[in-house]
Amino acid sequence: MKPEDIIRPENKVYARPELLTDRDTHYCPGCSHGVVHRLVAELLAEMGLADKTIGIAPVGCAVFAYNYINVDWIEAAHGRAPALATAASRLNPDRMVFTYQGDGDLAAIGTAETIHACNRGENITIIFINNAIYGMTGGQMAPTTLLGMKTATTPYGRTAELNGYPLAITNLLAQLDGTCYVTRQAVHTPAAVRKAKGAIKKAFENTLGKRGTSVVEIVATCNSGWKLTPAQSNEWMAEHMFAKYPLGDLKNE
Amino acid sequence: MKEEIVIAGFGGQGVLSMGKILAYAGLMDDLEVTWMPSYGPEQRGGTANVTVIISDSPISSPVLDTFDTAVVLNQQSLDKFEPKVKPGGTLIYDPSGIHRLPGRTDIRIVPVDAMEAAIELKNSKTYNMILLGALLKCRPVVPIDAVLRGLKKTLPERHHHLIPLNEQALNKGMELVNA
Amino acid sequence: MEEVRLMKGNEAIAHAVIRYGADGYFGYPITPQSEVLETLAELRPWETTGMVVLQAESEVAAINMVYGGAATGKAVMTSSSSPGISLKQEGISYLAASELPALILNVMRGGPGLGTIQPSQADYFQATKGGGHGDYHLIVLAPATVQEMTDFVALGFDLAFKYRTPAMILADGVVGQMMEKVVLPPQRPRRTEEEVRAQCPWAACGRGDRAERNVVTSLELDSARMEVNNNRFQATYRAIEEAEVRYQEYFTDDAEYLIVAFGSVARICLKAIEDARAAGVKVGMIRPITLWPFPSKEIARLSAQVKGILTVELNAGQMIEDVRLAVEGRVPVRHFGRMGGIVPNPGEVADTLRREFDVEL
Repeated sequence: MKPEDIIRPENKVYARPELLTDRDTHYCPGCSHGVVHRLVAELLAEMGLADKTIGIAPVGCAVFAYNYINVDWIEAAHGRAPALATAASRLNPDRMVFTYQGDGDLAAIGTAETIHACNRGENITIIFINNAIYGMTGGQMAPTTLLGMKTATTPYGRTAELNGYPLAITNLLAQLDGTCYVTRQAVHTPAAVRKAKGAIKKAFENTLGKRGTSVVEIVATCNSGWKLTPAQSNEWMAEHMFAKYPLGDLKNE
Repeated sequence: MKEEIVIAGFGGQGVLSMGKILAYAGLMDDLEVTWMPSYGPEQRGGTANVTVIISDSPISSPVLDTFDTAVVLNQQSLDKFEPKVKPGGTLIYDPSGIHRLPGRTDIRIVPVDAMEAAIELKNSKTYNMILLGALLKCRPVVPIDAVLRGLKKTLPERHHHLIPLNEQALNKGMELVNA
Repeated sequence: MEEVRLMKGNEAIAHAVIRYGADGYFGYPITPQSEVLETLAELRPWETTGMVVLQAESEVAAINMVYGGAATGKAVMTSSSSPGISLKQEGISYLAASELPALILNVMRGGPGLGTIQPSQADYFQATKGGGHGDYHLIVLAPATVQEMTDFVALGFDLAFKYRTPAMILADGVVGQMMEKVVLPPQRPRRTEEEVRAQCPWAACGRGDRAERNVVTSLELDSARMEVNNNRFQATYRAIEEAEVRYQEYFTDDAEYLIVAFGSVARICLKAIEDARAAGVKVGMIRPITLWPFPSKEIARLSAQVKGILTVELNAGQMIEDVRLAVEGRVPVRHFGRMGGIVPNPGEVADTLRREFDVEL
């Protein structure tokens, strides 16, 4: 059988989603961001939201998210995405507004904005990529960095005495009356990817239904920052990250 | 006509609202007015004062160093503003709470026992309206009628039944000033 | 018939922003401007015009809400006082860099630090030279009356949208807290979705039937392109300098001495000038209404006519630097200021004229 006999439309099982731009990403090979971007792009197209979506990009590795998903975007200052989303949503109540943020952005510098947007129950979806490290700036400690984990600013491993404890901020957000759906997912296996997609879909539905704030945490890998191969990173994540950040719904109302 | 007035006393004595009612009366009479308060934490309990200017021409500075008329309701205010009354001006004070009497001879000094009068009217909230009546007797810059129209306009409907009491207080204050 | 009202400058701002047909206000309480948010809450515009009013969790959040709202093409404002404005500077830099229209009110209080809640003009540098990081300017309007507080809301928004740049009303505690007569403008309707899209084709408000998506960002890692962006900003600033200088002159026709003062201080100086003229001393005044762009040409023109210039400010001498740049050494330029929340009275201004210029007052 020749390749031409195989490469035929009826055999096509995989393609670039229409809302992913035709542009190479700056993400490292093996990074979880690519998978999550794809899920967001697929869902926005499948749910018919391309024309009514406003994405809010963070500062961090996903700073250029607006280059890859073909909807309207606003690039926020570091940590402030939920404040931008608050106004964008309140001033344009029929739009689908979501933020896409990393752990440093959401759980360190932007903690106040995160907690208060969730507490007000803003009709937005927060997609939170937790890879326990600052990727963009070169692998420094994040608020979610595990104890013992080596980073550029914890070269001998994070200690509670020096750096405090890893922050499971999603657990905090689940306590707030304004959140309607808080879940923790991963994208390291095909099954996990399918579940994560379902979670993001539910979050977007909540936003459209004005049910309050939905938070989807994706426990993610940063193989460059962790200095592991992509495959090793997935294993390391399952072995170490899930103990501190167990997968599953924290709140589903 | 231009009248530069300072009203000073303790926060809670109705200093700022007395100034506001006076300014509003000026507005009702088509005059130019400014109302400039001291503001901040001292508004409750500490000393508070407000500068009210009423004029038939545009007002430049809302902040002044001397005044045509001062209404002072405690000792600190008397000490502070007595020297700032222009020669020939008027100083109105409530003797209750004053232990050092004003001493200037080049201004008109008018004691008004408003506390006593408010007790007679059985309503402590009439205190500042009694003083306003006294002020307008000494310095008739706006007619009493403009004050009442201003009250009617600014008070919520549910408080309109208090207007006659306020009128009574204004008249009482006027009576307390010896011609 | 127009309705004359008596209200504080801060209250007038709240009425004016609703009547402008603004879409949103985001603020955080701080003395001496909390009446803006309080009055908006009292007036409940969300039930009439549909305007959004929100008390944010911080000044930082409030300015970023303004950023988010402005990026969708909406007419949005925030207000604060000096320490809160310092917190907003990051967001203001982003607004300028993303070429977004917005209105910011600063009711200045005495600093530095937590300082005092009393009136000040010590944020002149911060307001007129940029304030945050990077090369940018705000259009800065300095109201001297409650009526100007009211009128500058519409002017500020109109200029902000015309030039796609944030505008600031730089007031002080005197203008914010004092009451005087004001005529409120008629209620304008808020723009419709179609009008917003037509006026702001750049807005990231959901693609709708637009052919291309919009991205609002201040990030450009390619230095060559970032310089192009900067050149575009600077071209806008030159156009603003050319067309939008505003000022008012008082008694300048025959003036031998000139006072330069802005905001409430200009009114205090005006009283001193009235007294000086009564004593036969020919003092005039120019009151910059736009602090940026600054009326440099007009001050230069007047400097050819007078023997000396006095700037009076509630600070240690900030605007005087712009006056001296305009005067280029032709005549002596002196400063008189009070700091820390002290407001000088007209007599102090007269004393300074006497001292600095040896005139008989």
